[in-house]
Amino acid sequence: MQDILKLLADIVGPQFVSDSPEEKLIYAMDPGTMPPCEPDIVVMPGSTEEVQKIVQTANTHAVPVVPLGAGLVLSGLSRPLKGGIVLDMKRMNQILEINEISRYALVEAGTSQGMLQAYLQKHFPNLKHSAPDAPPAATVAGNVSIHGSGHLSHAGGFHSDMLNGLEVVLPTGELVRIGSCATSPYWFARAPLPDLSGLFLGWAGTTGVITKLAIKLYPSYPLNDVGVFVCEDASLMPDILYRITGAQMAEDVTAWMTPKPDWAASFLHCNVNYGARTPKELLWKRNLIRASVEKYINEKTGGFLPLPSMMKNRFLEVPARQLSLFADVRKGGGFEYVGAIMPVELFPQAYDLGLDVSDSVGVNYSMGCRIIGVNHCMMFFYAYAFNRADPRDVDRAQAALEKTNRQVVDMGGIPWKAEAPAQKEIIRKMDPNMFALMGRLRSTLDPNGIMNPGNWEEG
Amino acid sequence: MEATTVYTLNFDPDVCESCETCDCLMKCQYMAFDLAEAKKEKDNINRGKDSRVLIECATCYACEAYCPANNHPFYLIVERQEEKGILPAPAPITRQQTLMMKPKGTITPMRVSPPVIDMCYFPMLTDSIKEPLYENPSIIVGSDIFCNIMWLHFARNSVIREQLPRAIDNIWHYYLRDSHVDELICFHDECYATFTHLAPAFNIPVPFKAVHVFEYISGRLDELKDIIEPVNAPVAYQRPCSNRLIPETQHWVDDIFQKIGAQRVKRTYDRDNALCCGQVLRAHQREEMADDVQNRNLEDMKAAGAVYCVFNCPACMMAMAEPVAQKGIFPIHLSDLCQSTLQGDAPKG
Repeated sequence: MQDILKLLADIVGPQFVSDSPEEKLIYAMDPGTMPPCEPDIVVMPGSTEEVQKIVQTANTHAVPVVPLGAGLVLSGLSRPLKGGIVLDMKRMNQILEINEISRYALVEAGTSQGMLQAYLQKHFPNLKHSAPDAPPAATVAGNVSIHGSGHLSHAGGFHSDMLNGLEVVLPTGELVRIGSCATSPYWFARAPLPDLSGLFLGWAGTTGVITKLAIKLYPSYPLNDVGVFVCEDASLMPDILYRITGAQMAEDVTAWMTPKPDWAASFLHCNVNYGARTPKELLWKRNLIRASVEKYINEKTGGFLPLPSMMKNRFLEVPARQLSLFADVRKGGGFEYVGAIMPVELFPQAYDLGLDVSDSVGVNYSMGCRIIGVNHCMMFFYAYAFNRADPRDVDRAQAALEKTNRQVVDMGGIPWKAEAPAQKEIIRKMDPNMFALMGRLRSTLDPNGIMNPGNWEEG
Repeated sequence: MEATTVYTLNFDPDVCESCETCDCLMKCQYMAFDLAEAKKEKDNINRGKDSRVLIECATCYACEAYCPANNHPFYLIVERQEEKGILPAPAPITRQQTLMMKPKGTITPMRVSPPVIDMCYFPMLTDSIKEPLYENPSIIVGSDIFCNIMWLHFARNSVIREQLPRAIDNIWHYYLRDSHVDELICFHDECYATFTHLAPAFNIPVPFKAVHVFEYISGRLDELKDIIEPVNAPVAYQRPCSNRLIPETQHWVDDIFQKIGAQRVKRTYDRDNALCCGQVLRAHQREEMADDVQNRNLEDMKAAGAVYCVFNCPACMMAMAEPVAQKGIFPIHLSDLCQSTLQGDAPKG
C-alpha cells in the first residue's frame, strides 16, 4: 500500500492523501450502527482528471475504491468493507452553472446541500433545489445517487427524478457524460437519449464515481405556509394523503408520529408545505388543500392544528432542525433510520410495524414519511436514536433496524439506501434475473471489481 | 367513599322562557336570527333539543354579557354541545389540546408576597412582570394552575368541572394560604373571568379575591404618574373573548389609556362590537370565516389610524401580532406599553 500511497500523492499532492490512523478511524464509520471498516488510504481529489488517475491507478493495482460525499448516509455505505481507498469528494465543490430560465444547477460532486442552498438564496432568490432533511454538509450528488428525497419531492419526486445529467468516471478510468450534456452544451434533461443514468443511481457506488451532475431547480416563493393535519386513525392516512396530494397545491407532504412529548403520542400528523408569490395565491392554495380533506373535517375525525404563525416556523425550516434534536435524544452521537420506500396504502401496516418493533426491542422511535410525487409512493422512516458509547444500546438499535428491514421487505416495501445486511434481505426477494443482470452490468463496467466491493453481493 | 361534588350550572329556564328580547341570540355577531327564530332556537337549547346554534356558535362568549338576566346562555350552549357530542373542533384536535394543557402535577409550595401575579399556563410572558410597573412581585405560573376556561371553545365543560377546582385549590394551598395572601392579580382576562364569573356560575368556590391586572396597573400608574412619558399616539385595543364575561372591567382600559396618554381610536369593532381574534375559529376549522373576521378587524384598526394595537390575551396576540404588524401597526401587550411609558422607551409605531 505504501507504493499506492506514493502514486496517489503524486496525483493529488501529499497534503490530500493520508494513511494515518486517526484519519482512517474517522473514515471507517458513519453515525449509524454499522461496525467500523478501516480504509487503507484516504484521498481527496481536486479535479475530474485527478479522479480519473486515482481510479486508473486503483484499477491497475486491483485496489478497492469507495466514493464518499459527506459520509452521512447513516447506513454505512461509504465504509470500505474490503479496505482500499476512500475517495473523499469534498474538495470538488464548485457550483459551475445556474441556468435560471431552464431552472437547473450544474455542480461538482462534492458540492454540499448547504452550499447550493446558500448560493441560490444569495444569487438566485427566485430559485431553490429540493433539500433533504439532512445536515447541510450532505452532498447533492450523494443524495441523488441514493434516490434521496426532500422538500420538493411531492412536486418533483425522488431527487434522482430531478437529475438532468451526470459526468461519471468509470471503474476503468474513462470519463462518460450522460443526458443532454452528452450531445449538447446544455444540461437540461436526460431525455430524449437512452437513459444510462440508472447505471449509477441506487448502486451504492459500485459502478463508478460521479464527478459532476445537473439537477432541476424550482421556484422559490417569497411566501410560505404550512398546515398540520392531525388524526388518530392510521387506517385513514392513505386516503388523507391521497386527497391532499391530489390537490397538487403543496411542495412537500410529510407525516410524523412520535411518542414524545406525551400530547403527541398516538396522533398522526401530516405537514403540508406550500408557497406562493402573493397573499391571495397563498390563501387560494390553502383553501384548496383544506377542501381536499373536507370530508374528515366535517366528520370531525381530523383537522388542521390552529397554529399561529410564530409556531409554524419550525415546520417551515429547510432542512428541519427538529429532526436533529431527536437524533441526539439518547446522547452519545448515534442515529440510524430505516427509510423504506413503499406504496402509500401500506401506511397503516408500516406504522404498526414501527410500534411493534420499538416496543419489542425497547428503543426510542420517531416515525414518519415523505410523500414522493402525487402519492406515487412514500419514503416511510423509522428513526432509532441510540447512545454510541453504550454497546447494549447500539445492539438494541441494530436489532430494531434488522427486524424492521426484514418485515419491511416481507410487507412489500424496499429498504432505502440499504446497508449491506439489508441489501441481502432485498436480494432474497429480488427477481433473480434482475440480480443476475446487475451482476453482468457490474462486471462489464468494473472487470476488476474495485468499486465499493461487499455491496449488492450475495452471501 | 369520597363524595363527588357536582358543579351544577346556575341556569334558570323559567327566566329564559320569560325573556322577550332574546338578546343572547339577537345580538350575536356571527349568527343572524329574527326574533321568532331566536326564541325557537333558544327554546330548543333549553329543552336539550337540536339547534343550529349548537353547530354554528363561534364560542365568542359575548352572549354571556348580552343576557340581561345574567342567566348564562353561553355556558348552557357549551353544556348542550357536550351532552349531544357536538364538537366545535375536530375530535383529535380537542383531545390533543386536552393532553397538551393537562396539569403536570409538578407544582411545589412557594412563599409569595403581594402583589402575586398569576400568569396562568404562559411562562413566555413572565418577562413583562418587572419593575417599575410591578412592585416587588411574586409570579406564579404553570400547568397546575391553568384556569381551563379555554374548554368553553371545545364543548368541554366536563374538563372545567374536573380541573378548575383542582387549579384553584393548587393556587390556594401551594401559594396563597400559607403566605397569608388573599389577593391574586390575574394577568389575563381569562383567569379573572374564570374566578369571578365562570366559577360562580358553576358553583365552584374560590377562596381568594381575584384582581384584574388592569386595576392593578391603573393604581400603579397613579403612584408613578410623575415619571410617565405619555404615548401620545392613537391606539387600538383588541378586546378578548374572556373580557365578554367581565364587562365591568372595561372602564379600566379607558382609565389606563388616559393615564399613559394613549388615544383609544374610535372604530367599528371595539367595545360591545369587538371581534374575535380568529384563532378559535381556526381551531373550529372555519378558516374563511376567521380570515374575514380578522381582515375586517385589521382594516378597521388601520382605517382608524391606530399606531399601536394593544392586547391582553396571549392567544389573541399570537394570532394577530404578525398580521397587525403587516398592516404597519405596532402590536404590543398593554402591560408592556404601560411599562415603556415609565421607562421612556415606548416603541416607535
